[in-house]
Amino acid sequence: MATAFSGSRENELWRRLGEVNDPELDESITEMGFVELAAVADDGGVQVEFRLPTYWCSPNFAFLMLDGLCKALDQLSWSPAYRVKLHDHMFAEEVNRGIEGGKAFGEIFGELAGDLDLAGLRETFAMKAFKRRQEAVLRGLRQHGLTDREILGMDLPAYDVARFEPGEAAKQKPRYRSALLERFPDRRADEPVFVTWEGQPIPAHALSAHLAELRGVRINMEFNGALCRGLKQTRYKELDVIDGEPTLVDFIMDRVPARAAPTA
Amino acid sequence: MFRTPEGKDIFVVDGHTHFWDGSPENQKNIHGKQFIDCFYAYHTGLSPKEQLWEKSKFEKYSAENLYNDLFIDGPDDIAIFQTTSLSDFYKTGFGCIKRTSEIAKRYPGRFIVNGAFDPRDGEKALEYIHFMKETYDIKGVKMYTAEWNGASKGWRLNDSEAYKCFELCDKLGIRNIHVHKGPTIIPLSKDAFDVHDVDHAATDFQGLNWIVEHCGLPRLDDFCWIATQETNVYAGLAVALPFIHSRPRYFGEVIAELLFWIGPEKILFGSDYAIWTPRWLVEKLWAYQIPEDIAAERGVQLTDEIKEKILGLNAARLYDIDIEARKAEFANSPFSIAAE
Repeated sequence: MATAFSGSRENELWRRLGEVNDPELDESITEMGFVELAAVADDGGVQVEFRLPTYWCSPNFAFLMLDGLCKALDQLSWSPAYRVKLHDHMFAEEVNRGIEGGKAFGEIFGELAGDLDLAGLRETFAMKAFKRRQEAVLRGLRQHGLTDREILGMDLPAYDVARFEPGEAAKQKPRYRSALLERFPDRRADEPVFVTWEGQPIPAHALSAHLAELRGVRINMEFNGALCRGLKQTRYKELDVIDGEPTLVDFIMDRVPARAAPTA
Repeated sequence: MFRTPEGKDIFVVDGHTHFWDGSPENQKNIHGKQFIDCFYAYHTGLSPKEQLWEKSKFEKYSAENLYNDLFIDGPDDIAIFQTTSLSDFYKTGFGCIKRTSEIAKRYPGRFIVNGAFDPRDGEKALEYIHFMKETYDIKGVKMYTAEWNGASKGWRLNDSEAYKCFELCDKLGIRNIHVHKGPTIIPLSKDAFDVHDVDHAATDFQGLNWIVEHCGLPRLDDFCWIATQETNVYAGLAVALPFIHSRPRYFGEVIAELLFWIGPEKILFGSDYAIWTPRWLVEKLWAYQIPEDIAAERGVQLTDEIKEKILGLNAARLYDIDIEARKAEFANSPFSIAAE
């Protein structure tokens, strides 16, 4: 059936988009509400429209997200042609023109900011995500009553059987796991799960100091996250409040199907 | 003056206020519109519902609004105007020193007017600093390192042109350098709000006080590290403080970090008016306690004594404000009447 078919494609599309993170916040772009439109046409073509919290959002972050977005679209099972559009950003025109002209992001970006080191930026964000996720899990385990020694002695099999009540630790547990494996692909399963970004073990007596450092990373990221959410919300409201009736935005937001089970 | 529920009077110096004109008539281009829109989004994003303003009032408010919100309805005793020119975005400047000086004259004793300059203007910047000192007798300036100027999309405090300006400030007794270091916005690949340039400038200009507005968030750790090393670096609470309403636990983490690293003597209250009004901010700060687990981990408390320092005593020290004399003065004429 045509509708079921397009429905499942739409689900797949949103699922893929949900895997794209805002690198600065380490949160999904769909959860942040940045994707305003994601549609699959009858011929399978995909259209995605994208709006950031402010006109001023750092262009390099915007590029990283758009880059992630295109990679996600490339993985769609039916390999569609797609169109991506960025709205209301100080460089929207340049970006959209670049995309239309089939330029690589690096090319467009290169013209806008000559000396950008995208790989370096990616690495910085990967480090921050690693630390923020690790902190949430460490605090969750402490709250569970585990001793610092027990926590730091955990290997991957032990990590995988740990269970949390719904909350931040539960949300970050699979995400830390994937960050760990991405950072240390050659690690052995019986090595400790909690190490520094540099791969050093953490002695039990140093856990509190380590957590204090991680907290600093999270405070910065949360500041951005909270501001972005607030700004984004305001932007939506300004756009579409019409006599208290449901707006286009409500419509768009309602179209987001429930998130699939977290992907580890 | 803020009277606590226990009946104690607290002297309030609001370290960060604006009298801006962001109205469509003053906007030079789309950036001007987007800039005030972004401020408005901060306002609506972090204010309690009952404190929200209409967009048109927010774009341009009257001197009476300002005076009322700060001093009559609000608890401020003295407010510091921060000049933010943004002359690439606004025809007569966003916050212009001429306008704020007129207001300051109208309400004697209530305002301290800070200037602003752009070191990239070279020789002209130096002339302008002289002009501001002679005309307005400024005690401080607001630096906006991400401001655009022609092809340049930002500058650093330790640029050689900037150093020439700070040498002059030092010489003329313009001692308080407020630096906007806030959320990542305008800059391209170079992050003009990165805080490391403060480290260099503060080391090289020991006679100047460096007040980092928005305490460097979202680079709080970098900022704390620098402010701990340098005795002349201070934290301005504007933008961090409103989180006390929407995310009180988060605010607790921020203030605990600040108290732990830089201590209670170097934190300054600022409402960032008109993004936020001071009354609810001060009331909430006075009623606030850091959540127990965070306080225990960092070994800090936000006592009444510390709150009093943050709300006024610290800024009074930087700006040579004689609190007892001013209290007596304001008690004699509690409300200035606008002289037309």
